[in-house]
Amino acid sequence: MSEQPAPADNILELTDLTKRFGGLVAVDNVSLNIKRGEVFALIGPNGAGKTTLFNNVTGLFQPTSGRVVFDGRDITGSKPHQVARRGIARTFQNIRLFDYMTCLDNVRVGRHVRMKATVFDSLFKLPRERREEERVTEEAMEFLRFVGIAKHADQYARNLAYGQQRRLEIARALATDPKLLLLDEPAAGFTPQEKVELMKLVKKILGRGITVFLIEHDMKVVMGISERIVVLDHGEKIAEGSPDEVRKDVRVIEAYLGKSA
Amino acid sequence: MSTSVFTRLHLRDRIRDRDTAVYSILLILALVFPMASIYATDGTALVSQATRAGTFVLLAIGLNVVVGFAGLLDLGYAAFYAIGAYSYALFASTQLASSPAHHAFHLPFWLMLFVALFVAAAAGAVLGFPTLRLRGDYLAIVTLGFGEIVPQLFYNFDQWTGGINAVGGIDQPTLPAWIQGPWSGDGPFQVVRNFNFGGDPVAFYVLICILIAAAIILVNNLYRSRLGRAWMAIREDEVAAAAMGINTVTTKLLAFGIGASFSGFAGAFYGANVSLVSPDSFLFIVSITVLVMVVLGGMGNISGVIIGALVLYYVVYYLIPGLPENVRSLANSIGLSSETTRSLADATQHLNYIIYGGILVAMMLLRPQGLLPSRVREQELKHAAVQEEEAAVEMEHAT
Amino acid sequence: MSLPDFGFYVLCATAIVLLAAQAVIHPGEFVQVFIFGLTQGSIYALVALGYTMVYGIIELINFAHGDVFTLGAYVGSAILGFFAISEGGFTTVNLIALLLVFPAVMLVMGGINVAIERVAYRPLRNAPRLAPLITAIGMSFFLEGVMFLWHGPATVHFPDILPKAATTVAGVFFGFKDVFVVVVAAILVALLAIFINRTKLGKAMRATAQDRDAAQLMGIDINRTIAATFFIGALLAGAGGMIWGLYYNTVYYQLGFRSGLIAFTAAVFGGIGNIPGAALGGLIIGLIAAFSDSYIGSKWTQVVVFGILIGVLVFRPTGLLGMRVPEK
Repeated sequence: MSEQPAPADNILELTDLTKRFGGLVAVDNVSLNIKRGEVFALIGPNGAGKTTLFNNVTGLFQPTSGRVVFDGRDITGSKPHQVARRGIARTFQNIRLFDYMTCLDNVRVGRHVRMKATVFDSLFKLPRERREEERVTEEAMEFLRFVGIAKHADQYARNLAYGQQRRLEIARALATDPKLLLLDEPAAGFTPQEKVELMKLVKKILGRGITVFLIEHDMKVVMGISERIVVLDHGEKIAEGSPDEVRKDVRVIEAYLGKSA
Repeated sequence: MSTSVFTRLHLRDRIRDRDTAVYSILLILALVFPMASIYATDGTALVSQATRAGTFVLLAIGLNVVVGFAGLLDLGYAAFYAIGAYSYALFASTQLASSPAHHAFHLPFWLMLFVALFVAAAAGAVLGFPTLRLRGDYLAIVTLGFGEIVPQLFYNFDQWTGGINAVGGIDQPTLPAWIQGPWSGDGPFQVVRNFNFGGDPVAFYVLICILIAAAIILVNNLYRSRLGRAWMAIREDEVAAAAMGINTVTTKLLAFGIGASFSGFAGAFYGANVSLVSPDSFLFIVSITVLVMVVLGGMGNISGVIIGALVLYYVVYYLIPGLPENVRSLANSIGLSSETTRSLADATQHLNYIIYGGILVAMMLLRPQGLLPSRVREQELKHAAVQEEEAAVEMEHAT
Repeated sequence: MSLPDFGFYVLCATAIVLLAAQAVIHPGEFVQVFIFGLTQGSIYALVALGYTMVYGIIELINFAHGDVFTLGAYVGSAILGFFAISEGGFTTVNLIALLLVFPAVMLVMGGINVAIERVAYRPLRNAPRLAPLITAIGMSFFLEGVMFLWHGPATVHFPDILPKAATTVAGVFFGFKDVFVVVVAAILVALLAIFINRTKLGKAMRATAQDRDAAQLMGIDINRTIAATFFIGALLAGAGGMIWGLYYNTVYYQLGFRSGLIAFTAAVFGGIGNIPGAALGGLIIGLIAAFSDSYIGSKWTQVVVFGILIGVLVFRPTGLLGMRVPEK
C-alpha cells in the first residue's frame, strides 16, 4: 500500500475538496477532519454546497480536485457502491426509499453488501443461502426494532408516516454496517417531540461505535448533539469549532443573517 | 416480538395463496390437457399448439426478469431467441455441410440446450455491458436496434445460415435407451407411452412442461433472494440502490443476461420442436408479443405472466387466425347465402390487425396493471387514493 | 477528451474519409447518391420531428407515428382521386389539386393523431410507463389494419402529378421532384422552428417538455399542449406521407413500420427531444442509408442504420445535438 495511513483517530479526512459544475463552484477548497466516534455537523444557509459535499464523499459526484480519505484509504473517485462497501452509509435529504418494497425488504437491501450468496446459490436455494436469508431477516428485524418501526415490517415503505420513513432510511443505512453514517437533514419536517427522539437515536447509533456526520438546519438539534461543527457558505468553509465557538463567530452570523445585521 | 410481526404478514400470504391456486390450476390443466384434447379432437394438433404456447410462456418468464424485476425495457428480446434457435439449428442439422465449413454437425440436443443458453447470455452481456449504464429508455432503443439487426444478419450470412431458405431438417432430441426401459415401448411390459420425439408431439409437450416448471422454480428462487431484492431496489431508485452498496451495472447485467439465457434456451427448444428455423420467425412482432404477454399478465408477477402468455397466445395464434372460419360457420348456420358468407369471412380475415391492435389498446385501458398484477403494480395505481386517506388521518391526529 | 467522445470522433472521421475517397474516385455517382440521400433524408426528418416532439413532451416512443405517416399517403391518394388530375404531366388542375390536397391531408392526419392521443394515451398518463407504450403498439397495428382493410396487402399506386422536368449536369441527374421534396421539407421545418420559438403555444410546449408540473402551475393547459404536440407532429407526418407518395408514387400498408423505425433512429441520432437535432438526424440517416444502399449493398442498410443507432447511444448517449444532462 502506497497510501499513507491516516492518524488512527480520524475516520474521514477531506483535503482541499473542490467541486465545480461548469462555472459554478459548489464546494470550494474545503478541508475537514472527522474524528472517530464523534458527531460532526455541517451547517450553512441553503445552497451552501452541503449536500454536494456529501455527494462527493459518497461517490455520487466525482470531485473536481482534492482528496477524500476514509479510514486511512484514499477513496477519491470511488463509485457509490464501492464507498458503501468500505463503510460509509447515508440518508438522503429528500427521502429515497424503495417505495414499493416492504420495510423489511428495504433493510434487507441495506444488508446486501454484507451477504455472500452468489447467483448460483440463490438460483438453487442452497442450504447456505437459506441460512443466510434467515439470518439476514432476523438482523433486518433487529435494525427495524433499533429505530422503533418493527411493527411496520410488512408494510410498503411508501405507506409509512413521514417520520417513520426517516427512521426506515436510517435503519437501511445502518444495515450496511457502516463505520461512518452520513445523515442529510434528518430532522427536517419533524415535530419538537420527534426531534428529541431523533437526538436519542443518534446517541444510540454513536453507542454502536459509528461516527455520525450530519447536515442539519435545526440549531437546537445541531447544538444539542454535535461535538464539532463546520459552517459552509457559498461552498467555502467559513468556520469550524465547538457549538459555542461557532455560535459566536461573526462570519457565521453574517452568513445567516446577512451583512447588515 | 417477531412472531407477532410475521402473523401480520397477511397481505403477503394472500398473494402467495393466490399464486398457489394459480399454479395448482395450471398443473392440473397441464396434466389433463393432452389426454382431453386427443380424446376430443382425435389428433395431436392441439397438443402441438400447446407446446408452442409453452415456448412463449418460457420466453415471457425470462423477459419478466428483465422488465418486471429489474425494470429494464427490452424491445429486442426475439434476437436472443433467434441466437438460441440458430445455435441449435446450425450444429444439429446438415446445414453446415454446404457452408464454407464443409462439415455437418450433429451435436446432441440436451447439450445444445445449455450451449444455446450460454451463447444467448453471452450475447446479452456483450450488448448490455456498454449500454446498461444508459438511462432506461436508451436501453429500450438499443435493444430495439439489436432486435432488428440480428435476424437481418442471419438473413445476410446466407452462406452459413441458408438465409431466406431457412435451416431445415433439424435433429430431434433422442433419449438414451435406459430411460425408455422395458416398461415402455412396444414390448410386453408397456406401462407408459413410448417417449419418442420423432413423431410424437406429446413428447415435446411433456418436455416443455418440465422446462417451464423448472423455470418457475428457479426464477422464484431468484426473486426471493439477495439478487431479486437488488433488482427491485434498482427498479425503485437506482441512486439509493448504489448508495446501499449495490453495483448497479453488474446487477442489471445479470438481469439482462439471465433474461437472454431464457430466450436462448427457448430458442433451442423451438428449433428442435419445429425442426425449421428461418430469420422471419424472430422479427420485432415476436419481441412485442412477448413484451405484451409480460405487461398484460402483470409485470413482476410470475403466475400472472404465465396467464398473460397463455391468454395472448390463444388470442394471437388461435382465436384471430380462426375467426374467418368461425364467422363462416356462424353465417352458414343462420342461413346466409354462400356469397355473403364468403365476403364476411374475407372481411374478418382482413380485420386481423385491427382486432389485435384493438385488443391491445382495450386491454391496457381497462387493466393497465395487467390481469394478475404483482402487489407492487396494484399498489402503484391505488397509491394516490391511499395517500389522500393518510393525509386526512394525519390531519385528524394533528388537531 | 473522454473515451466515448474519442470513439465517436474516430467513427465519424473514418466514415468521412471513406466517403471522401468515393467522392474523389467517382464524383458523378457520389453526387447522385448524395441527392437521393438528401431527398430520402428530408422525408425521414419530417417523420423524426413527430417522434422527437412527442418523446420530448410525454416520454413516449410513439410507435403509431410511422403509420400516421403512411396513412397520410393513403388519404392523399384517395383525395387526389376526386380531382381530374392528369398523370405523367403537369397541368393547372394538378397544381390546384396539389395546393388543396397537401394541406388537407396534413389537417386530416393532425385530427386523427389528436383523436389517437385522446383515446389511447391520455387515459394512461398516470398509469405504469409501459401501458401507453403497449397502446402505442396497439394503435400501430390498428392503423396498419385500417390500411390493410382499405387496399389489401399489395402496394397502392399514388398519382404521379409532379412535373417531369429534369436536367443533367456533368452526368448527374437532377429532377424537379428532388428539388420539390427538399424545398417543401425545408419550408415545413422552418415554419415549425418559428412556431416553437415565437408563438405562445410553442413556448408552452417547450415549458411542458421541461417540467410538466411547473408548467401546469404556471397556468399552462397541459392536455391542450400535449394535444397540440400530437397535432403538429401529425401535420409533419402527413406532409411526409404526401411527399413520399408524390416522389415514389407507391405505398403499402407496412411502410410505416420500417421507415418509422428509421425515422425514430434519426430522432435519437439528433438527440431525442431536440427539434433541430431530429431534422439534422433525418438528413444524416437518409444520407447514410443512401450511401449504404449503393456502396455496401441494400441488404446491409438495416444493419448499418441500426448499428449506427447502437453506436451513437454507446458513444454519445445524448445524440448529436442533445445536451448532456447530469443524471440525478
